[in-house]
Amino acid sequence: MADFLLLAFIFLAAGVIAVPIASRLGLGSVLGYLLAGIAISPLLAALHVDIISIQHFAEFGVVMMLFLVGLELEPKLLWEMRTKLIGLGGLQVGLTTLVVTAISMALGQPWTVSLAIGFVLALSSTAIVLQTLNEKGLMKSDGGQSSFSVLLFQDIAVIPILAVLPLLAMPEVVELAFAAAEGGAHADDAHHGNGDHGTSLNLIAGFPGWAQMLATLAAIGSIVVVGNVLTRPLFRFIAWARFRELFTAAALMGVTGIALLMSVVGLSPALGTFLAGVVLANSEYRHELESDIDPFRGLLLGLFFITVGASVDFALLTANLGPILAMTFGLMALKAAILFALALIFKIQGSARWLFTLALAQAGEFGFVLLSFTTQNNVIPSAVADQLLLVVALSMLLTPLLFIAFDKIIAPRFSESSTREPDDIEGDSGIIIAGHGRFGGIVNRMLRGAGFKTTVLDYSSEQLEMLRTFGFEVFFGDATRPDLLHAAGIDSAKLLVICIDDREHITTLAKYMKAHHPNVEVVARARDRSHVYELYAAGVRNIVRETFDSGVRAGRFAYEVLGLHPFEAERLARQFTEDDRHTIRLLSEVYREDLPLSENPEYVALAKRLMEEREAQMKGGGRGFTTRDERGWVPPGKNDLTAILSDHAKRKGES
Amino acid sequence: MAQRFDRPWRLNASLQHGMDPPLTRVLLYYAHPGHRYSHSNKAMWDLAQKVDGISRVDLYSEYPRFNIDIDQEQQRLLDHDVVVMQCPLFWYSTPSLVKEWIDLTLEHGFAYGHEGTQLKGKTLLMALTAAGPHDAYSKEGYQRYPLRTFLTPFEQTAHLCGMEFASPYVLFGSLRAVEDGRIPPHAEGYRRLLEAYRDDRFDLTKASELDVIEAEHLNDLIKD
Repeated sequence: MADFLLLAFIFLAAGVIAVPIASRLGLGSVLGYLLAGIAISPLLAALHVDIISIQHFAEFGVVMMLFLVGLELEPKLLWEMRTKLIGLGGLQVGLTTLVVTAISMALGQPWTVSLAIGFVLALSSTAIVLQTLNEKGLMKSDGGQSSFSVLLFQDIAVIPILAVLPLLAMPEVVELAFAAAEGGAHADDAHHGNGDHGTSLNLIAGFPGWAQMLATLAAIGSIVVVGNVLTRPLFRFIAWARFRELFTAAALMGVTGIALLMSVVGLSPALGTFLAGVVLANSEYRHELESDIDPFRGLLLGLFFITVGASVDFALLTANLGPILAMTFGLMALKAAILFALALIFKIQGSARWLFTLALAQAGEFGFVLLSFTTQNNVIPSAVADQLLLVVALSMLLTPLLFIAFDKIIAPRFSESSTREPDDIEGDSGIIIAGHGRFGGIVNRMLRGAGFKTTVLDYSSEQLEMLRTFGFEVFFGDATRPDLLHAAGIDSAKLLVICIDDREHITTLAKYMKAHHPNVEVVARARDRSHVYELYAAGVRNIVRETFDSGVRAGRFAYEVLGLHPFEAERLARQFTEDDRHTIRLLSEVYREDLPLSENPEYVALAKRLMEEREAQMKGGGRGFTTRDERGWVPPGKNDLTAILSDHAKRKGES
Repeated sequence: MAQRFDRPWRLNASLQHGMDPPLTRVLLYYAHPGHRYSHSNKAMWDLAQKVDGISRVDLYSEYPRFNIDIDQEQQRLLDHDVVVMQCPLFWYSTPSLVKEWIDLTLEHGFAYGHEGTQLKGKTLLMALTAAGPHDAYSKEGYQRYPLRTFLTPFEQTAHLCGMEFASPYVLFGSLRAVEDGRIPPHAEGYRRLLEAYRDDRFDLTKASELDVIEAEHLNDLIKD
């Protein structure tokens, strides 16, 4: 237990210290973690920590990340990406593998080893690239989408690669396999199972090919069906308990379960969770799931990056400094060249072309997996594998520097095109409505009716499902949670309309907004007069009493029923509203949060004065607020006419 | 006149008295934001309620929040032959809601413009009350211009829509009308005028020779 705590403390401390420093220096969190890993590697070595097994555990962060990426990607969008996915991704993996294989054969490696090396180095780092793209808000840009397509293809490609690799240890089998049907290869793959992100759990390994295919299809089918059909009842069931942590538990359970299921049928867990994410992308629980999973993803990926940093073998590096550096730079230059060529072919324009080129030029975490897999299978001699491990780690280490180069050197040159880009970066609406009950529902209908896109958050799952059936875009969650607001896009929002009905929650949210997002406009619902004072003190200026306007309308109806002309009723109602709002604004200025109203001398004095003024008005013959209303509508008398006539006569006399 | 009856006769609620349809379909608009304080307009409006077979609309009552229903207003215009606009003269013009009504209802393509011929052949009659005495509306008077000069925007509006701008029915010196006892005859004249328009008994040609019509002219203009 103490060991575990010590280890956890070391990793956490390394991250907590290194990442803020790296961010402050503009290096990004990934480089921060990597450097932290390098810094603590002597300590870990002294403690005899098994870094590789921690790394395997931490790779679960990649699985979570792909789930989150899937959540952001509606099925429609994924379908639109299909050309890029297969074309760009397929060509990148194929070409890079071929060229790397050829080079390593030229360097004297046998072709089997060369092909294995080609596979290992063709893949890029999903973890680093997606993390960095997200951090920089480039995920939905052109370059980001292209990069993501390639990464997704690589993730799929890992599966057949894992199938082929063992065969390379036995050249004669390869020839057989290439000649024979695919079934043979599958059977052999099955023996070694899936090394992707977990241990070998493959339960269907002994099945014939067709049965495996069926099992795989069944697994994917079940993800789609469960995601579509069972999520809602499950979350509603949990919502009854009203324990926030249960949602987190359920979300984690879901992701873990899918990863497990995928491992069982020999598919990539990352691919499975990605698919689940896509299925849930249209669900009202999307933002809730996002904010539940996100912290775990962040921590696990951080841990993963630290282990990458810590696994750099400096003894080996210094011994072979020249060759390894040459291989690393050579590899990155080669990958970049292929990417650049693909970007040209696929007409990726402007700064996006460079982002695509530089972002994917490294080897990735799949490389680690494949390397340990190949050494187990005696495909690559371990001396070569150790050097390749260094190349992979170094190229990952260098990637954040390439991103910095992109930011500092390339992006500014394309600044005219990047002025347009922010539009594409976030698909969020910029308008968040917190609470979709009797109050927020009206606000939402008005905004949508005028053509605005809104993001609605509500905490009642029954209410949500009803709205969903009517085609509204609503999300489940407690809007007072900063992480959920973040997931709903508060950072890029223009407007937050607070329509929840709990008085304290409204105030809490208003205060949070003032403190953390002072530039987002806030319109807040107030329960009553004193709540208006509270919100005014919190800095909100667009405050609406929830029943005031309906009360005024009822009063206006009463006027009309009593025989007042409708236009007079309207004017009186307007005047009443103006008067009341004027009063409440004056009183808000003297309100003090720390004192009850009756103990606030300023408030009491002002309230008394306003009351006296009103009484004086009424005694003066008017009906309170009506006296001012009569101005402008009372016609002039005959004396006025006399005055005008005499003035006219006088002026004529003068001229 | 015959073409007025080509369209099927739309019965307005106020027309359903079981009597023969009137010869001319009169639509009376009334606009006064301070109805409660009015003397002359109130008396006129009250008597207009007694005229059978015409349609009446209190604009400020129907649209207290100025949200004019354009379709409804255009339909009303289509359903009638004579449009009467009764209102006080405010600052040489109508109360503001009338301007809003004109801006929205007399739409391009409906009332004017390439295909805007829907109001062609109809008549616009203004019934106005002016605070100043008649002689104030002259070159020598303090208003410096004859009343019709101030009404040219409305006259041209009617012209552009292909409508006849009838000589307006005016009460001058409305501020002194109560003590001078001029309100009852003016209101009674208003009733006779509306009925004469309804029954096609009003001599439009003769009336057009006059700049404005006052109560005393009616005997000469209304045929029996």
